[in-house]
Amino acid sequence: MSAIIETERLVKSYRGRPALRGIDLALESGIVHALLGPNGAGKTTLVSILSTVVRPDGGTARVAGHDVRREAAAVRGVIGLAGQHAAVEPKLTGRENLRVFGRLSGLGARAARHAAESALGRLGLEAVADRVAGGYSGGQRRRLDLAVSLVARPALVLLDEPTTGLDPLSRRQLWDAVAELTREGTDVLLTTQYLEEADALAGNVVVLNEGGIVAHGSPARLKSRVAGETVTIAVDRPEHAAVAAQSVPGDCRIDAERMSVTWSSRSGAREALGVFADLGARGIEVRELTIHRPTLDDVFLDLVGAEKPEGGGEPEGAEQPEGAGKPAGAGKPEGGR
Amino acid sequence: MTVSAPRRTAWPVALLAVTRRHALATIRTPAVVIMSVVQSVVFLLIFRYVFGGAIGTGGLDYVQFLAPGLLVVSMLFSVIGVGGAVAEDMGTGVTDRLKSLPIAPSAALVGRVLAQLGLSAVTLLATAAIAVAVGFRPGVGFAGLLGVLGWCLLVALTFGWVFILAGVATRDVQSAQGIGFVVLPLTFVSGAFVPAGSMPDWLRGFADNQPVTVLVAAARWLAHGDPRLANASHGGGYYVLVGLTWMAAILLAAAVAAVSLYRRR
Ligand SMILES: Nc1ncnc2c1ncn2[C@@H]1O[C@H](COP(=O)(O)OP(=O)(O)O)[C@@H](O)[C@H]1O
Ligand SMILES: [Mg+2]
Repeated sequence: MSAIIETERLVKSYRGRPALRGIDLALESGIVHALLGPNGAGKTTLVSILSTVVRPDGGTARVAGHDVRREAAAVRGVIGLAGQHAAVEPKLTGRENLRVFGRLSGLGARAARHAAESALGRLGLEAVADRVAGGYSGGQRRRLDLAVSLVARPALVLLDEPTTGLDPLSRRQLWDAVAELTREGTDVLLTTQYLEEADALAGNVVVLNEGGIVAHGSPARLKSRVAGETVTIAVDRPEHAAVAAQSVPGDCRIDAERMSVTWSSRSGAREALGVFADLGARGIEVRELTIHRPTLDDVFLDLVGAEKPEGGGEPEGAEQPEGAGKPAGAGKPEGGR
Repeated sequence: MTVSAPRRTAWPVALLAVTRRHALATIRTPAVVIMSVVQSVVFLLIFRYVFGGAIGTGGLDYVQFLAPGLLVVSMLFSVIGVGGAVAEDMGTGVTDRLKSLPIAPSAALVGRVLAQLGLSAVTLLATAAIAVAVGFRPGVGFAGLLGVLGWCLLVALTFGWVFILAGVATRDVQSAQGIGFVVLPLTFVSGAFVPAGSMPDWLRGFADNQPVTVLVAAARWLAHGDPRLANASHGGGYYVLVGLTWMAAILLAAAVAAVSLYRRR
């Protein structure tokens, strides 16, 4: 197992304001990695450093074993970048764009022509291949941009917010294209503000906030940081809420106004049914019972310290990330390559 | 991770691909080509027919005086646009993508200049044809015309780099276009349209010593072979030599600065 991306204490400031404050990463080959974070988190800065477009102020970064500073040319020879803004030539057709960028990516004339056809096919752009890119819809332009980034079959594709601003259908198409890429053995690092996107595509998620890593791991592991499920039982009278609270195993919160109790549970359904039966035995009517499964949203909002949309249960076990430990996907690479 | 040697694009291949991209883009924006030609031709006709009668050149017919200078001036105007275009690329992520590719940064900019030179060439040929139609007759004949055309392309190449530098340095379309306005004083306060000797002393000091006056005088000598006809104070070879020196210095400084700013990351 080798790391496709490794960084150590990577820092970058813009006019004295830190954009990255010490990023340590060891991302292995073979799974999709997602950089998840709100606007201004530093996602684009990190992608730009990895693609040799921006020089870091300090620390090191290696892509496929090549140092982004000292071996920038080698890094450029193994990556494909699709930046935050689609960067295709609007006056050229889709096919022409792919051929030109194929040549620029180091393919011979015939290979570039061939690669252009195959990229058009992979992203379902055959029908618009001979129309100028300036006339494409947002989704088509994004797909062409992705096609351009992988026309030379790079070992690693870097996608900066590939679906931002796309309609749901176009987003699906892009997701499918990314999934297809990984099946073919191309490594992918994508950034996103959408938790469902990281959830759907990535095997490993690195949560970035204000230039630092606040959590990392598989989506499942991140979700397990937010304790189990959140159960809410609403009863018929305010005083019955207090009774219900006594049947809850462990701590809970009483909302007198809503006549409800809320608690976090690792086995939500079983505990909920236990309390439900208990209240039934006492003749208390349950108006409503909800079990809220944690989403990455819960993790995310919890991690970046934002207000939760609902006054849900305190997520116990959502501890801070374990310090300087390097985030790794399905297992930390031992001793490098 | 597919283990394969990193790709690397040869310089001429990258140059060709970049040039092709920009050349196609220019051809497919006919408005740009038409505007460049029309502006140049309109200048020619206005000076030939409106102002020409009132401008004394000291011996030479005004159209013979005007045409070589106007062609040089047209070259400056024809490359202004490249500054804004470069700045736009830097703002929209196109430059980021190019920088992430295994090509030499210089190839990206040289390709840009070459494509812009295509626009200059079209403007030059169209304007020269109209100039001949309205009476321009190079004193040394066809060879003189060819000499002027070649000289003009060198001028376009040189100032193309100046505006590329403007785009790379400002990274902002409006600012880059704003810098383009330097061509107004450079061309109008020069010997292109009127003999610099007719200007008040303080202006003449600038006009006599700035590059456009020299480049224009050299073009006139290439066309007519006799610098005295152009109301000039030196021999023609002098203007060609000084002109070449100016161009080499400007081109070198602008190109080196542009490429190094472009490489900055
Ligand atoms: N070229 C730049 N000049 C100045 N500040 C920048 C530049 N690029 C990014 N920043 C700043 O760095 C921080 C991180 O930005 P960025 O990496 O673009 O975040 P994200 O992509 O996650 O939205 C932000 O505060 C942003 O304003
Ligand atoms: Mg960004």
